[in-house]
Amino acid sequence: MRAVISQYGIFLIFGLMVIVASFLSPAFLTTTNIVNVIRQMSIIGLIALGVTGVIVSGGIDLSSGSVVGAACVVAASLAQIPDRAFYPAIAGSPVVVAILAGCGVGALAGLINGLLVAKTGIPPFIATLGMYTAARGAAMLYTTGRPLSHLSDGYNVIGQGAFLSVPVPILILIVMAFVTHILYSRTKFGKYIYAIGGNEQAARVSGINVGRYKILIYTYAGMLSGLAGLVVSSRIGSGQPGLGVGYELDGIAAAVIGGTSLSAGGIGTIPGTIVGALIIGVLNNTLDLVNVSAYWQQIIKGGIIVGAVVLDQRKNRGDR
Amino acid sequence: MSGEFVLRMQGISKRFPGVHALDQVQLSVRKGTVHALMGENGAGKSTLMKCLIGIYAPDSGTIEFNGQQVSIANTHHALSMGISMIHQELSPIPHMTVAENIFLGREPLTWYGLVDMRELNRRTQELLGRLGIAVAPEKKMAELSIANTQLVEIAKAISYESSLIVMDEPTSAITEAEVANLHNIIRSLRNRGVSIIYITHKMDEVFNICDEVTVLRDGRYVGTSAIQALSHDLLIQKMVGRELTDMFHKEETPVGEPILYVRNYSGKRFRDVTFQVRRGEIFGLAGLMGAGRTELLETIFGVHPRTSGELYLHGKKVEIRRPSDSIRHGFALLTEDRKLTGLYMNATVRDNISIANLLRYLRGPFVRFRKVAADCERMRQALRIKTPSLQQKVRNLSGGNQQKVLLSRWLLTEPEILILDEPTRGIDVGAKAEIYRLMVDLARSGKAIIMISSELPEVLGMCDRIMVMHEGDKVGELVRGDATQERILQMATGLKLTTANA
Repeated sequence: MRAVISQYGIFLIFGLMVIVASFLSPAFLTTTNIVNVIRQMSIIGLIALGVTGVIVSGGIDLSSGSVVGAACVVAASLAQIPDRAFYPAIAGSPVVVAILAGCGVGALAGLINGLLVAKTGIPPFIATLGMYTAARGAAMLYTTGRPLSHLSDGYNVIGQGAFLSVPVPILILIVMAFVTHILYSRTKFGKYIYAIGGNEQAARVSGINVGRYKILIYTYAGMLSGLAGLVVSSRIGSGQPGLGVGYELDGIAAAVIGGTSLSAGGIGTIPGTIVGALIIGVLNNTLDLVNVSAYWQQIIKGGIIVGAVVLDQRKNRGDR
Repeated sequence: MSGEFVLRMQGISKRFPGVHALDQVQLSVRKGTVHALMGENGAGKSTLMKCLIGIYAPDSGTIEFNGQQVSIANTHHALSMGISMIHQELSPIPHMTVAENIFLGREPLTWYGLVDMRELNRRTQELLGRLGIAVAPEKKMAELSIANTQLVEIAKAISYESSLIVMDEPTSAITEAEVANLHNIIRSLRNRGVSIIYITHKMDEVFNICDEVTVLRDGRYVGTSAIQALSHDLLIQKMVGRELTDMFHKEETPVGEPILYVRNYSGKRFRDVTFQVRRGEIFGLAGLMGAGRTELLETIFGVHPRTSGELYLHGKKVEIRRPSDSIRHGFALLTEDRKLTGLYMNATVRDNISIANLLRYLRGPFVRFRKVAADCERMRQALRIKTPSLQQKVRNLSGGNQQKVLLSRWLLTEPEILILDEPTRGIDVGAKAEIYRLMVDLARSGKAIIMISSELPEVLGMCDRIMVMHEGDKVGELVRGDATQERILQMATGLKLTTANA
């Protein structure tokens, strides 16, 4: 019984939260509200998918929020309506090009993170802290600090559209969560990031090219941050260099609440991370519905993050 | 035994800062044989093997594998050539399954590119079944016992189908029945033409399954011979070999009344140990790595909890729960690994010496730095610490002087009982001699000294009495006149005393 609770504890807590929320506010369990909650968490969810892999490999990624800003301004500059564009020469490109560019900018930032971690051996905290600052600066430089509005209708579908009355951001999250889950749990790549996080030296003597897989996981995480940048800029119809501030911490929080271990590598799952993101989403939503002030919300969220890690450490200590 | 060599390592040298770990070492292993690699702790066995499988690059020397000269860049390279190794000191990946651990880096894939878990588990089951190891492939490594973890590591090394397998102390954690099973596996591997380098401290295993033996000592090659040409005693002699030098300025000091009496102490990795130490005495603890010596002394000091036993100081029972208790009772502990548990490498000599004693230098909330400086200066002169100033960072000192800094720290607490765990590890000969002289001075001043050392000449040269441990048990006690390297080694390897001097 105790094993079940520790294994599925986070899912039980989530279930409990939903029950409590629906008692506290009759508005909670309505379709509109639930769709709303999931749509709001989809951006953090996308970031958390990549961050989970990075943390599992024994690293950390602090650059996600800044990469959101950098990716969205590049994508937006391509998606602007040509006659009101900041870069007229490239504006009006097909949506696919904008999407590829946004993801590409994210992947490039991640690649640099990965190269720094794998090749120079500096701590991931420092490498990605550098990118946190540099990517934001690059975003500001690219638009001279201005927002890029007047985006094409095709681009705005990414954040505002719906398919079979399911908002597109939710669809993107579902697809990416599924793909990432398979990637982490069923492919060689996935096995190796768990192995590297669990015992890097053992992975090395088993003949795994540790550096290559570190570079890959940071690149993948960067690509997902770029995707999150597309969604958020399309949602508000404007690519702004200041978008995404603080998202990296929300992404880390979702992963950690979902059971990814910051203290010991090699532990964490995508279902856990999605539930972690949902917990943050439901918490924000419920506190909104019952009119708790935004300031209190932050305090409560802080407490939950710390509480989740305390539980996690107890659990992992029990293993030994 | 065929004459064909699967491996020839020649003229291998490897230097680390301050240590010549390997000096012109050679090792030649014939095809289809089990080759024992023997030597005391620190003789260079592990370093040589790490050069073989590409963890270290040797500074000089050549490696021929299957008749071709090779340069092994990394373990992946070694594995792909057909050299695998059971890594004794490497723990597995705890949160992955047995199957995932064994086939890490070689996962079978389905036609659509995902890892084929069913095939992975089937292959693991087949491998473990063939080797007679009863462990479920789906079990997480963290849930296995130490013995089963070791068996899985063995299975992993064998699963590479290598032509040369290095086994570094493969039987340190497993039972006798499992050892017998492993030896059967090794024999069948040998019959299929696989060669094995077998590193162990257990004499009976060497005589049981090995064909040839190469002995290393102090990073140098001593010799290779067929097992038939050796006896237990001859082999031990080759391992020990060296003459006692006059490094040990041991003086007979009057031994006083008993200070410490440890009775029926048990804890993690040692059981039911009883001994007594007297004032003015240097009491040695000999044994192999993993014999439980460090754990015993750290438990006495209060670092780990004991599971049973009593401790008497001057005939009075005392209760030690944590290091602060033992420090108050006059104990001092010089740990085995200076960097890990002793010194603050980036702090100054002065801060390192005074950190355990700051309470004595307080006036109100302030530290009386002048008094601190005076005491540290006194220590520097007494122990002849070579440093340009007390403000020098400890990082910049040589190993021997670092050890003296640590010793100064504990001497400032004015201990009655000094516990020294490998006090001369990794320091040069001159510094060793000075540490020895200090130990004699301290004993003469009435302190009791307990020393762990894996270097037998040091134990023989310095100690008044020697207690020998084997796998957590006290095997016996020898007094200075009776102790020889051969006897200690025999006791420490758990060999039943068959020879006449029993």
